[in-house]
Amino acid sequence: MAIETALIQEKIAQKFANKASNFGMQKDIFSFEITSDSMREVILFLKEEEDTNFHFLTDLCGVHYPDNTIDQQFCVVYHLHNWIENTRIRIKTYLNGAQPEIASISDIFLSSNWMERETYDFYGINFIGHPQLKRILNMDEMVSFPMRKEFPMEDNGRTDKDDRFFGRTANC
Amino acid sequence: MSELLLPPEHRYAKIINEKRNDDGSEYSILNLGPTHPATHGIFQNILLMDGERIVEAEPTIGYIHRAFEKIAENRPFYQITPLTDRMNYCSSPINNMAWWMTVEKLLDIEVPKRAQYLRVIVMELARIADHIICNSILGVDTGAYTGFLYVFQFREKIYEIYEEICGARLTTNMGRIGGFEREWSNEAFRKLDVFLEEFPVAWKEFENLFERNRIFIDRTVNVGPISAESAMAYGFTGPNLRAAGVDYDVRVAQPYSSYDDFEFIVPVGKSGDTYDRFCVRNAEVWESLSIIRQALAKLPEGPYHADVPEYYLPPKEDVYTTMESLIYHFKIVMGEVPIPVAEIYHPVEGGNGELGFYLVTDGSRTPYRLHFRRPCFIYYQAYPEMIKGSLLSDAIVILSSLNVIAGELDA
Repeated sequence: MAIETALIQEKIAQKFANKASNFGMQKDIFSFEITSDSMREVILFLKEEEDTNFHFLTDLCGVHYPDNTIDQQFCVVYHLHNWIENTRIRIKTYLNGAQPEIASISDIFLSSNWMERETYDFYGINFIGHPQLKRILNMDEMVSFPMRKEFPMEDNGRTDKDDRFFGRTANC
Repeated sequence: MSELLLPPEHRYAKIINEKRNDDGSEYSILNLGPTHPATHGIFQNILLMDGERIVEAEPTIGYIHRAFEKIAENRPFYQITPLTDRMNYCSSPINNMAWWMTVEKLLDIEVPKRAQYLRVIVMELARIADHIICNSILGVDTGAYTGFLYVFQFREKIYEIYEEICGARLTTNMGRIGGFEREWSNEAFRKLDVFLEEFPVAWKEFENLFERNRIFIDRTVNVGPISAESAMAYGFTGPNLRAAGVDYDVRVAQPYSSYDDFEFIVPVGKSGDTYDRFCVRNAEVWESLSIIRQALAKLPEGPYHADVPEYYLPPKEDVYTTMESLIYHFKIVMGEVPIPVAEIYHPVEGGNGELGFYLVTDGSRTPYRLHFRRPCFIYYQAYPEMIKGSLLSDAIVILSSLNVIAGELDA
C-alpha cells in the first residue's frame, strides 16, 4: 500500500519540469531535489494533491556543504510522510552560501515553525515569511551560526588532550 | 522589526496597557520557570494572565541545549551513543537502539534474530519506565503522591535490569553495531521474570487509584484537549497523538527489529485531553508487558551480535591473544572502518513519538551531519495553544501529561 515512486516522479516532473532533479531511492526513501524558489509550491502540491497526500511533515533540517559551489552551499532537507499510503519522501533544496534564504512553510505545516527557527539558529538560513524567526536553542544575543562547518566545536586552546589519539578527527 | 521578535514582556506590556476589563482589573504577566518545581525540566513560559486564566503564553527553551548535533559531527559512530542516551533520558535504551539501527541500515548489516528480540525486550522496558515516570508524576502534579511511590520502585527494578545488561542505570550506552556487547546474564533474565510477575500487580493498583478517581477525573477530563487535525498539523506523534484518536505508531507502520513478529494493539483515545493521554500511556504499558512476554517466550537461540568484525569490537581476551582481533580492535577504535557515503533516515517509536535519526555520511569516520528528529521539540510548539484559556493549574497538568523531557527538547 505505497505510492509508486514513478507516479510521484511523473507528477512532479509534469508540474515542475525543469526545477526538479536527481530523483532516486536513497536506501528506503524516495528523494529528489528542487530549486529553492519552487520549494513552497512543491510542498503545497504534494500535500494537497489527492494522489500524493503527503499530509505530515516529519522533519526539516539544514546541512552545510562549504566545499560546494557558492550557490549550493546550504541544503534544507524536508521529510514528508503520507500515513495512509505509508510512504515517505525526502525533498532537498540548495541555497546560496552568502545569503541563504527560502520561503517559509510555517503556514502550510504548523509543525515547521520551530523546525525553521532551529535551522535558522544553527545555520543562519533566512525563512522568508516566518512569523517569528528568532533563535530558539541558543542565546538571542549570539552572533555566530554554530552548526556551520567553519565554527569549531571546541575551544582550540586545550593543550592537555590530542584528538588524534581518540580517533576523533574527521580525517587523519 | 516584528513585535514577535522582541521578548514577550514587551508585547504583553502593550496589551496590558491597552486592555482593561469591565471591572477595572487588568492582565498580568507571570513567569513560569525556568526553575520551577512543577515543570519537569527546564523550560520557561511567560504567561499573560487574566486573573487565573491564561490568555497567551510564550515558551523559551534551550536551557539544556548541549549541541549534540555539532558534537556528533566530530565523533566516530560508536561514540555517539552516549549523546543519544542523554536525549530522552527516561528511556535511553530506545535512543541507543535507534542509533544502532540507523548505523546498521547505513552499513547494510543484518542483525540476528536473538539480538533483535533482546532489543525489543529492552526497548519495551524503556517504554514502560518512561510511562511510569510520566503518569506517576502527572499524579503528583494533581496532588496524589501515593501512586508515584508505588510504581517508582519498579522503575528502580528496571534500572537494575539495565545494570545487569550493560552496567549503567540511567544513561545506558547499550549495545554495539550489530547487537549487544555481551550475552545477557542469567541474573538479568531472573530479574526480568521477577519484574514481569510483580509489576502488573503494582500497575493495576496504580490504575485503580486514578482511573475512576473523582478528583483526578475532574482535574484531567477536558483539560488541554487537542483535535486530531490540530495534532497532525503540529507534528504530534506517539501517545499524545494517539490520545487524539489517530493510530499512527512507527512500530506498526514501519516495523523494525522484528516488531512485526509480535501481536499488540495500539491504544487510541478520543478527545486528546489529559485524561486520554493518561489512559493511553496506561494501556501502552500493558501492551509493552505483553510484547516482552511474547519475546521471552519466542526468544530464539543464536548469536547476540552480527558477525561484522570490522565494526564490532572483539572480546578483550581475543584482543590480547590473537592478531586479527588486535588489528580489528585498533582499527575500530581509531575509526579506520569502511563507511559508505549515504543519507539515511531511520525512525523508531520512542517513548514520546517518532524519534528519527537523519544521518548524512561522507565516507569519513564521523558523520557529516546527524540530525535528531526529536518528538518533544516538535510537539511542544502546540503548548501555548493548548493552554490558552485554561487555569494555571491546568497548564501544569497539561505540561506533565505531554511528557516533555527537557533533554529531548533541546538536545
